[in-house]
Amino acid sequence: MNLDIKIEEEKDLTYEVFLAGEIDAYTAPKLKDALMPLAEKDNASITVDLNRVNYMDSTGLGVFISILKATKEHNSDLKLVSLQDRVKRLFEITGLDSIILIDSTVQGGN
Amino acid sequence: MEPFDFIEIRVPAKAEYVGVVRLSTSGIANRMGFSYEEIEDLKVAISEAMSNATTHAYDGKDGEVTIGYGLYQDRLEVMVADRGESFDLNQVKDGLGPYKENQSVEDLREGGFGLFLIEALMDKVEIKSEYGVIVLMTKYLHENEVDLDGDQISTTQ
Repeated sequence: MNLDIKIEEEKDLTYEVFLAGEIDAYTAPKLKDALMPLAEKDNASITVDLNRVNYMDSTGLGVFISILKATKEHNSDLKLVSLQDRVKRLFEITGLDSIILIDSTVQGGN
Repeated sequence: MEPFDFIEIRVPAKAEYVGVVRLSTSGIANRMGFSYEEIEDLKVAISEAMSNATTHAYDGKDGEVTIGYGLYQDRLEVMVADRGESFDLNQVKDGLGPYKENQSVEDLREGGFGLFLIEALMDKVEIKSEYGVIVLMTKYLHENEVDLDGDQISTTQ
């Protein structure tokens, strides 16, 4: 019941963030603290890989909403990739898949 | 009276116990025969109710959340109760709903999807907010429907 966060800087201002574990009320603040400094850089590109996130609830949606807001203010990009079906479903039910860029070409969970 | 088993769990109103309640929920739902998908729905819904209780109810003060599970033949009823601050239910309900295309990103509520998800994932939801907040949620076992769907697929082929 924890969340592992690994941040890799591919090249200048291009970040790939690998998450593993559960995003809930306990781990969401930690995720926000890790992502916010990246989102507040100007012209950054952030890709979050959720392949190994096997649980998420609205606290996780809240984090991605605030990160999205921050990236818009700083002319940066946020993209979520490799979501497991269950996690993707939450974005669909809430309609957030229409404003947060989700790349579904790679399916998570394997 | 309809026979049922009752299980009660009481945990401190702290975020680190949301995962503990989630595991318990998973175990109870699994033993009742819910499908994998339904168990995931239950885990999210109950975590949402519990997150609400830990973040809003006690405002940093020590408190407890009580989770009661009623295991019936055809359904699981779950009650999540705190004795913290009540909230204006009508005000909260006004804010419920999915994101709509015409909303701007700036207007999005970061914490606004919890109750909406509970209503989307459970079959029946009641919220009482008089002395603290009580969320009562029901999910039915749908064993028969699965069989019907299976038949339909084989006949259309």
